[in-house]
Amino acid sequence: MTTLAHLIHKNYQTQPQKTAVVLQHAGKDDLPISYHDLVSGSARYANLYASAGIQPGEVAVLILQHGADLVFAFWGAILHGAIPSIMTFLTEKLSPERYRADLSALIAVTQPAAIVTYPEFESDVRSALKDGDTVREVLLTSQLEAESDPEFDQLSGLTRPPEEIVLLQHSSGTTGLQKGVALSHRAVLNQLEAYTRALALTEADVLVSWLPLYHDMGLIAGFLMPILSGNTLVLLSPFDWVRAPYKLFQAVSRYKGTLSWLPNFAYNFCAHKIRERDLEGVDLSSWRVITNCSEPVKWESHQAFYQRFQKYGLRMNALQCSYAMAENVFGVTQTPLATDPVTDEIDRESYINERIAKSPVDGKPTLRMMSSGRALDNTRIRILSEAGFDLPDRVIGEIALQSDCMLTGYYHRPDATEKALRDGWYLTGDYGYTLNGEVFVAGRKKDMIIVGGKNVYPQDLESLAYEVPGIHAGRAVAFGIEDPEAGTEEVVIVAEVDTDDPAERQKIADALRRHISQNSAVALRHAHLVDSKWIVKTSSGKTARSANREKFLQEIERT
Amino acid sequence: MEEIITQLSNFIAAKILKQPKRVIAAAEPLISSGLIDSFSLMDISLFVEDTFGVRIEDTELNADTFDSLEQLAKLIMARQ
Repeated sequence: MTTLAHLIHKNYQTQPQKTAVVLQHAGKDDLPISYHDLVSGSARYANLYASAGIQPGEVAVLILQHGADLVFAFWGAILHGAIPSIMTFLTEKLSPERYRADLSALIAVTQPAAIVTYPEFESDVRSALKDGDTVREVLLTSQLEAESDPEFDQLSGLTRPPEEIVLLQHSSGTTGLQKGVALSHRAVLNQLEAYTRALALTEADVLVSWLPLYHDMGLIAGFLMPILSGNTLVLLSPFDWVRAPYKLFQAVSRYKGTLSWLPNFAYNFCAHKIRERDLEGVDLSSWRVITNCSEPVKWESHQAFYQRFQKYGLRMNALQCSYAMAENVFGVTQTPLATDPVTDEIDRESYINERIAKSPVDGKPTLRMMSSGRALDNTRIRILSEAGFDLPDRVIGEIALQSDCMLTGYYHRPDATEKALRDGWYLTGDYGYTLNGEVFVAGRKKDMIIVGGKNVYPQDLESLAYEVPGIHAGRAVAFGIEDPEAGTEEVVIVAEVDTDDPAERQKIADALRRHISQNSAVALRHAHLVDSKWIVKTSSGKTARSANREKFLQEIERT
Repeated sequence: MEEIITQLSNFIAAKILKQPKRVIAAAEPLISSGLIDSFSLMDISLFVEDTFGVRIEDTELNADTFDSLEQLAKLIMARQ
């Protein structure tokens, strides 16, 4: 049985001169890295882990930005048999105190043996460490020994059994960082086998991605899959892309890119925020599959994207969808190749009130649902009622899945693992319905907010709100509302305050907005301050987020 | 300068913050404070180009180049 380490070793032997990764960085020349250089660069990191006494099976947290060191430190951990976990890097808006608190939260649960970072970031990392925690080494990118040919018989990653955990994936925020999805070699390889079959991936495919590697879509589809499959990956920085979205199109054109993955908001963002002059001479005819994934997929977003880019050679049937999650390594469904995603026009009222996707009723408003595709051939899907019974086509229930590529568990969290699994099925917390084998995702049972493809836990945002002077504990509620223009969700916080002075309220709203921005991965769009007793509570005194969302929507509709 | 600041403030309040009545002070930090998130930087860049005919390069969309309306207005005036 193979492991991830065996696969990159094989690529090193069979196609050393092929370009594995092209790193793009604003204002710099593209940096191509061959498979030979990828593995030798990574072997230096493997040696660094080994000489620092990091044992195979121990976790190394990588706190590195887009660039060669992140790539090498990740594969170096794999070659050494250590478990890499990529953490977001500190940004200019994020408060350093919050970053340290998040890092401490990650360390407490994940218990890493090492953290890898830059020399200039070492003191920030050390300040998050406490006496008695598990981190024995803060390894720096400056500590590498000179390059030499890798000695494969010395690399302990090549002797790991395939059942062992190979990597951890986290989502952001205090809650997300405490729930690392642990995946085995076997799970990752089974996923890639099924997913590459669905894509009909060949070695000629060129992947272009700007997605962050701390997120499952970026890590699996936009990093592991192409490198393990021996493809060429063109990797942009998410930081650069959001300031220059046209770079994705120029990269596809220049490198004849064939595959990309994008969250839904990116379709709207690209369609509306790119200048014509930045697309001059761009040819998108090589782009054969662009997969919409990681937040609810919108037909309107595909239309806007196609209309904008068809004159550059974009094909309509390149626009596909996937439903994916870290707990299944990545993909759960995918649109069948070279077909348009199935759409389903349904009656809006019965969708909202009865949770059934019925045919349209004459004269009544409808919704156009877009399918996320069909289950991968290694994954089975069921739609379950509250009581756990199978539901027929068109009836909305919780999506459950079973496959040969499921998570080993939430790392060091048997409680959370037990809660998520029932008789070998993973309960996704997402609602959906099926129709002739097509899967339509229809909202979430869990309260998670998805902004621009990032998962955000409302309880984290509410805890932050309570830290703002003027807002009391238990008197704020966070939720997401759809923003059709942006193709994603916007974050709303409603908070009860004692003052009714408009100037005072403005001050609190500003402080709330600033505090959320600096302490979470998202921007707060609506800071809505209200009188006391506004927030709807359940009979047991808990905050009912969906009821508060409805109340908020009615209130802003009236104004 | 005043006029440019007012136009920028109105645009940011209405389109980005979605609080049309909100007035943004000329010296108020925009990016480093998190008031404007990275997804909105392109909106500012497009607005500035369409309204004032001034180009801001994508490598300049950060707090080092401008972090307040005052600084942004100065940059616009210097390039007009």
